Amino acid sequence: MAVDHFPVEASHILMFARAIGDTNPIYHDESHAAGTEVGSIIAPPTFAQASAQFDPDYFLRPKAGQKWFGSGGTASGIMGGEKKEASNSEGEEKESGSAAGGLHAEQHFTYHRHLKPGDVLTAETKPGESWEKESKRAGVLKFSESITEYRDQSGELVVTARGVGVVTEKVIEQ
Amino acid sequence: MSLNASEIKVGDSYSELIVEDLTRTQIVQYAGASGDYNPVHSDEKFVTEVAGYPTVFAHGMLTMGMTGRMITNYVGDGRLTYYGVRFVNQVWPGDTLTARAEIAGIREEDGETLVDLTISTTNQDENFVLTGNATARTS
Repeated sequence: MAVDHFPVEASHILMFARAIGDTNPIYHDESHAAGTEVGSIIAPPTFAQASAQFDPDYFLRPKAGQKWFGSGGTASGIMGGEKKEASNSEGEEKESGSAAGGLHAEQHFTYHRHLKPGDVLTAETKPGESWEKESKRAGVLKFSESITEYRDQSGELVVTARGVGVVTEKVIEQ
Repeated sequence: MSLNASEIKVGDSYSELIVEDLTRTQIVQYAGASGDYNPVHSDEKFVTEVAGYPTVFAHGMLTMGMTGRMITNYVGDGRLTYYGVRFVNQVWPGDTLTARAEIAGIREEDGETLVDLTISTTNQDENFVLTGNATARTS
Protein backbone atom coordinates (compact mmCIF):
# COMPACT_ATOMS: atom_id res chain seq x y z
CA MET A 1 0.00 0.00 0.00
CA ALA A 2 1.23 3.44 -0.85
CA VAL A 3 -0.88 6.47 -0.08
CA ASP A 4 0.39 9.80 -1.39
CA HIS A 5 -2.35 12.03 -0.09
CA PHE A 6 -4.47 11.19 2.98
CA PRO A 7 -6.18 14.39 4.08
CA VAL A 8 -7.53 13.97 7.62
CA GLU A 9 -10.91 15.69 7.63
CA ALA A 10 -13.39 16.43 10.43
CA SER A 11 -16.36 14.91 8.58
CA HIS A 12 -14.46 11.66 7.99
CA ILE A 13 -13.48 11.50 11.69
CA LEU A 14 -17.15 12.08 12.61
CA MET A 15 -18.30 9.22 10.37
CA PHE A 16 -15.57 6.91 11.61
CA ALA A 17 -16.41 7.63 15.26
CA ARG A 18 -20.09 6.96 14.53
CA ALA A 19 -19.23 3.62 12.96
CA ILE A 20 -17.39 2.45 16.09
CA GLY A 21 -20.22 3.79 18.26
CA ASP A 22 -18.08 6.45 19.90
CA THR A 23 -20.03 9.58 20.88
CA ASN A 24 -17.06 11.25 22.61
CA PRO A 25 -17.28 14.97 21.64
CA ILE A 26 -13.48 15.08 21.15
CA TYR A 27 -14.20 13.44 17.76
CA HIS A 28 -16.83 15.91 16.51
CA ASP A 29 -17.31 19.02 18.66
CA GLU A 30 -14.74 21.70 17.92
CA SER A 31 -15.74 24.03 20.77
CA HIS A 32 -15.66 21.18 23.30
CA ALA A 33 -12.28 20.06 21.97
CA ALA A 34 -10.83 23.58 22.19
CA GLY A 35 -11.31 23.52 25.95
CA THR A 36 -9.59 20.16 26.49
CA GLU A 37 -5.98 19.18 27.03
CA VAL A 38 -5.58 18.12 23.38
CA GLY A 39 -7.00 21.45 22.20
CA SER A 40 -8.65 20.31 19.00
CA ILE A 41 -10.66 17.50 17.48
CA ILE A 42 -8.49 14.39 17.18
CA ALA A 43 -9.08 11.08 15.40
CA PRO A 44 -9.93 7.85 17.25
CA PRO A 45 -6.94 5.54 17.83
CA THR A 46 -7.71 3.20 14.92
CA PHE A 47 -8.50 5.91 12.35
CA ALA A 48 -5.22 5.55 10.45
CA GLN A 49 -6.65 2.33 8.99
CA ALA A 50 -9.11 4.47 6.99
CA SER A 51 -6.15 5.46 4.81
CA ALA A 52 -7.52 2.64 2.63
CA GLN A 53 -9.94 5.27 1.31
CA PHE A 54 -6.99 7.12 -0.22
CA ASP A 55 -5.08 4.17 -1.65
CA PRO A 56 -5.91 4.30 -5.38
CA ASP A 57 -5.26 0.57 -5.79
CA TYR A 58 -6.93 -0.68 -2.60
CA PHE A 59 -8.09 -4.20 -3.41
CA LEU A 60 -11.11 -4.21 -1.10
CA ARG A 61 -12.98 -1.30 -2.69
CA PRO A 62 -15.12 -1.70 -5.81
CA LYS A 63 -13.84 0.56 -8.59
CA ALA A 64 -15.72 2.07 -11.51
CA GLY A 65 -15.43 0.00 -14.66
CA GLN A 66 -13.72 -2.94 -12.93
CA LYS A 67 -15.14 -6.30 -11.97
CA TRP A 68 -15.72 -6.87 -8.28
CA PHE A 69 -15.31 -10.23 -6.57
CA GLY A 70 -18.41 -9.82 -4.37
CA SER A 71 -21.82 -11.03 -5.49
CA GLY A 72 -23.91 -9.58 -8.27
CA GLY A 73 -26.02 -11.93 -10.35
CA THR A 74 -23.81 -14.78 -9.22
CA ALA A 75 -22.25 -15.38 -5.83
CA SER A 76 -18.79 -14.32 -6.95
CA GLY A 77 -20.08 -11.44 -9.03
CA ILE A 78 -17.44 -12.23 -11.59
CA MET A 79 -18.67 -13.52 -14.94
CA GLY A 80 -18.15 -17.22 -15.31
CA GLY A 81 -18.51 -17.71 -11.60
CA GLU A 82 -14.77 -18.07 -11.11
CA LYS A 83 -13.97 -18.17 -7.43
CA LYS A 84 -11.79 -15.37 -6.18
CA GLU A 85 -10.38 -15.31 -2.71
CA ALA A 86 -10.77 -12.42 -0.34
CA SER A 87 -7.71 -10.51 0.67
CA ASN A 88 -6.59 -9.65 4.15
CA SER A 89 -7.59 -6.34 5.64
CA GLU A 90 -4.25 -4.78 4.77
CA GLY A 91 -5.38 -4.94 1.16
CA GLU A 92 -2.54 -7.05 -0.13
CA GLU A 93 -3.48 -9.34 -2.94
CA LYS A 94 -3.16 -12.97 -1.98
CA GLU A 95 -2.90 -15.87 -4.35
CA SER A 96 -4.00 -18.46 -1.85
CA GLY A 97 -6.49 -20.08 -4.23
CA SER A 98 -8.48 -20.67 -1.09
CA ALA A 99 -12.12 -19.70 -0.83
CA ALA A 100 -11.46 -19.25 2.89
CA GLY A 101 -9.41 -16.21 1.93
CA GLY A 102 -7.38 -13.91 4.09
CA LEU A 103 -8.19 -12.57 7.52
CA HIS A 104 -6.75 -9.89 9.73
CA ALA A 105 -4.76 -11.52 12.54
CA GLU A 106 -3.11 -8.64 14.37
CA GLN A 107 -2.94 -4.86 14.29
CA HIS A 108 -0.65 -2.59 16.28
CA PHE A 109 -0.33 1.19 16.33
CA THR A 110 2.43 3.27 17.87
CA TYR A 111 1.37 6.90 18.26
CA HIS A 112 4.04 9.55 17.97
CA ARG A 113 1.18 12.04 18.09
CA HIS A 114 -2.57 11.82 17.47
CA LEU A 115 -4.09 12.70 14.11
CA LYS A 116 -6.23 15.80 13.73
CA PRO A 117 -8.24 17.53 11.01
CA GLY A 118 -5.95 19.45 8.69
CA ASP A 119 -3.21 16.82 8.72
CA VAL A 120 -2.25 15.64 5.26
CA LEU A 121 -0.56 12.29 5.55
CA THR A 122 1.42 9.97 3.38
CA ALA A 123 1.66 6.27 4.14
CA GLU A 124 4.26 3.83 3.00
CA THR A 125 3.99 0.09 3.63
CA LYS A 126 6.86 -2.36 3.71
CA PRO A 127 6.60 -6.11 4.06
CA GLY A 128 7.78 -7.57 7.37
CA GLU A 129 8.22 -11.15 8.53
CA SER A 130 6.22 -14.11 7.34
CA TRP A 131 5.67 -17.39 9.18
CA GLU A 132 3.44 -20.47 9.32
CA LYS A 133 1.56 -22.18 12.10
CA GLU A 134 -0.62 -25.28 12.27
CA SER A 135 -4.13 -24.82 13.64
CA LYS A 136 -6.73 -27.42 14.59
CA ARG A 137 -9.61 -25.24 13.45
CA ALA A 138 -8.24 -23.91 10.14
CA GLY A 139 -5.31 -26.06 8.98
CA VAL A 140 -2.02 -24.42 7.98
CA LEU A 141 -2.00 -20.69 8.75
CA LYS A 142 0.25 -18.46 6.66
CA PHE A 143 0.97 -15.17 8.40
CA SER A 144 2.50 -12.12 6.78
CA GLU A 145 3.40 -8.87 8.44
CA SER A 146 3.47 -5.37 7.01
CA ILE A 147 4.71 -2.13 8.51
CA THR A 148 3.13 1.18 7.53
CA GLU A 149 4.63 4.54 8.38
CA TYR A 150 2.29 7.52 8.40
CA ARG A 151 4.00 10.89 8.00
CA ASP A 152 2.46 14.33 8.21
CA GLN A 153 2.79 17.37 5.93
CA SER A 154 6.17 18.20 7.51
CA GLY A 155 7.47 14.68 6.96
CA GLU A 156 7.25 13.87 10.67
CA LEU A 157 6.43 10.29 11.60
CA VAL A 158 3.03 10.42 13.36
CA VAL A 159 1.81 6.81 13.48
CA THR A 160 3.58 3.52 12.89
CA ALA A 161 1.24 0.62 12.13
CA ARG A 162 2.09 -3.06 12.10
CA GLY A 163 -0.48 -5.36 10.56
CA VAL A 164 -0.49 -9.14 10.33
CA GLY A 165 -2.66 -10.92 7.79
CA VAL A 166 -3.35 -14.64 7.77
CA VAL A 167 -4.42 -16.94 4.98
CA THR A 168 -6.07 -20.08 6.31
CA GLU A 169 -5.84 -23.46 4.59
CA LYS A 170 -9.56 -24.00 5.17
CA VAL A 171 -12.55 -22.12 6.53
CA ILE A 172 -12.26 -21.72 10.31
CA GLU A 173 -14.46 -24.28 12.08
CA GLN A 174 -17.13 -22.59 14.12
CA MET B 1 -9.60 13.47 31.77
CA SER B 2 -6.65 11.16 32.22
CA LEU B 3 -5.39 8.58 34.65
CA ASN B 4 -3.62 10.07 37.65
CA ALA B 5 -0.51 8.01 38.41
CA SER B 6 -0.92 8.52 42.14
CA GLU B 7 -4.42 7.06 42.13
CA ILE B 8 -3.84 3.82 40.22
CA LYS B 9 -2.10 0.54 40.95
CA VAL B 10 -1.22 -2.67 39.15
CA GLY B 11 -4.26 -4.93 38.98
CA ASP B 12 -6.81 -2.12 38.74
CA SER B 13 -9.29 -2.76 35.95
CA TYR B 14 -12.00 -1.09 33.94
CA SER B 15 -14.58 -2.59 31.61
CA GLU B 16 -17.39 -1.51 29.32
CA LEU B 17 -20.11 -3.17 27.34
CA ILE B 18 -18.97 -2.00 23.89
CA VAL B 19 -21.77 -3.38 21.73
CA GLU B 20 -25.03 -5.14 22.40
CA ASP B 21 -26.56 -7.28 19.62
CA LEU B 22 -24.15 -6.16 16.88
CA THR B 23 -26.08 -5.36 13.71
CA ARG B 24 -25.23 -6.03 10.09
CA THR B 25 -25.94 -2.36 9.49
CA GLN B 26 -23.20 -1.29 11.90
CA ILE B 27 -20.78 -3.57 10.05
CA VAL B 28 -21.81 -1.86 6.79
CA GLN B 29 -21.41 1.53 8.48
CA TYR B 30 -17.85 0.55 9.45
CA ALA B 31 -17.11 -0.62 5.90
CA GLY B 32 -18.18 2.79 4.58
CA ALA B 33 -16.18 4.79 7.12
CA SER B 34 -13.01 2.71 6.93
CA GLY B 35 -13.09 1.97 3.21
CA ASP B 36 -12.73 -1.80 3.74
CA TYR B 37 -15.48 -3.27 1.57
CA ASN B 38 -14.34 -6.89 1.79
CA PRO B 39 -17.58 -8.72 0.87
CA VAL B 40 -17.08 -11.19 3.73
CA HIS B 41 -18.36 -8.39 5.97
CA SER B 42 -21.53 -7.42 4.11
CA ASP B 43 -22.31 -9.79 1.24
CA GLU B 44 -24.32 -12.74 2.51
CA LYS B 45 -24.32 -14.51 -0.85
CA PHE B 46 -20.55 -14.24 -1.29
CA VAL B 47 -19.66 -15.12 2.28
CA THR B 48 -21.86 -18.22 2.44
CA GLU B 49 -21.47 -19.53 -1.12
CA VAL B 50 -17.90 -18.54 -2.00
CA ALA B 51 -16.02 -17.92 1.27
CA GLY B 52 -17.84 -20.72 3.10
CA TYR B 53 -18.70 -18.98 6.36
CA PRO B 54 -22.14 -19.26 8.05
CA THR B 55 -22.87 -15.55 7.60
CA VAL B 56 -21.14 -12.17 7.39
CA PHE B 57 -18.77 -11.24 10.21
CA ALA B 58 -17.38 -8.00 11.59
CA HIS B 59 -14.12 -6.42 10.51
CA GLY B 60 -11.48 -7.13 13.16
CA MET B 61 -10.85 -3.40 12.99
CA LEU B 62 -14.44 -2.68 14.07
CA THR B 63 -13.86 -4.71 17.24
CA MET B 64 -10.50 -2.98 17.71
CA GLY B 65 -12.19 0.41 17.21
CA MET B 66 -14.99 -0.32 19.69
CA THR B 67 -12.46 -1.70 22.19
CA GLY B 68 -10.38 1.46 21.69
CA ARG B 69 -13.39 3.47 22.82
CA MET B 70 -13.32 1.66 26.18
CA ILE B 71 -9.57 2.38 26.46
CA THR B 72 -9.80 6.10 25.68
CA ASN B 73 -12.74 6.42 28.09
CA TYR B 74 -10.40 4.97 30.75
CA VAL B 75 -7.06 6.64 29.97
CA GLY B 76 -8.29 9.92 28.47
CA ASP B 77 -8.19 11.53 25.04
CA GLY B 78 -4.89 11.76 23.21
CA ARG B 79 -3.07 9.78 25.90
CA LEU B 80 -2.33 6.51 24.08
CA THR B 81 1.22 5.91 22.90
CA TYR B 82 0.61 2.31 21.81
CA TYR B 83 -2.39 0.10 21.10
CA GLY B 84 -2.04 -3.37 19.59
CA VAL B 85 -4.27 -6.43 19.36
CA ARG B 86 -4.70 -9.96 18.08
CA PHE B 87 -8.02 -10.99 16.60
CA VAL B 88 -8.53 -14.38 18.22
CA ASN B 89 -12.09 -15.22 17.21
CA GLN B 90 -14.52 -13.84 14.69
CA VAL B 91 -17.30 -11.46 15.74
CA TRP B 92 -20.77 -12.14 14.31
CA PRO B 93 -24.02 -10.19 13.96
CA GLY B 94 -25.95 -10.55 17.20
CA ASP B 95 -22.81 -10.64 19.35
CA THR B 96 -22.65 -8.67 22.57
CA LEU B 97 -19.11 -7.66 23.49
CA THR B 98 -17.47 -6.54 26.69
CA ALA B 99 -14.01 -4.96 26.65
CA ARG B 100 -11.71 -4.87 29.66
CA ALA B 101 -8.44 -3.15 30.52
CA GLU B 102 -6.24 -4.14 33.44
CA ILE B 103 -3.20 -2.24 34.65
CA ALA B 104 -0.20 -4.50 34.11
CA GLY B 105 2.52 -2.01 34.96
CA ILE B 106 3.32 1.58 35.79
CA ARG B 107 6.71 2.93 34.72
CA GLU B 108 8.73 6.07 34.15
CA GLU B 109 10.08 6.91 30.71
CA ASP B 110 11.56 10.21 29.51
CA GLY B 111 10.16 12.05 32.52
CA GLU B 112 6.63 10.73 32.03
CA THR B 113 4.67 8.11 33.91
CA LEU B 114 3.33 5.49 31.53
CA VAL B 115 0.72 2.87 32.30
CA ASP B 116 0.76 -0.50 30.52
CA LEU B 117 -2.62 -2.14 30.07
CA THR B 118 -3.64 -5.67 29.21
CA ILE B 119 -6.68 -5.55 26.96
CA SER B 120 -9.28 -8.20 26.23
CA THR B 121 -12.69 -8.32 24.62
CA THR B 122 -15.08 -11.19 25.15
CA ASN B 123 -18.41 -12.16 23.61
CA GLN B 124 -21.65 -13.26 25.24
CA ASP B 125 -20.30 -16.83 25.54
CA GLU B 126 -17.27 -15.48 27.41
CA ASN B 127 -14.97 -16.41 24.56
CA PHE B 128 -12.15 -14.01 23.80
CA VAL B 129 -12.53 -12.28 20.45
CA LEU B 130 -9.61 -9.85 20.90
CA THR B 131 -6.57 -9.72 23.17
CA GLY B 132 -3.95 -7.02 23.29
CA ASN B 133 -1.99 -4.34 25.05
CA ALA B 134 -1.96 -0.59 25.29
CA THR B 135 0.27 2.05 26.80
CA ALA B 136 -0.87 5.50 27.88
CA ARG B 137 0.62 8.61 29.41
CA THR B 138 -0.74 9.41 32.85
CA SER B 139 -0.88 12.78 34.56
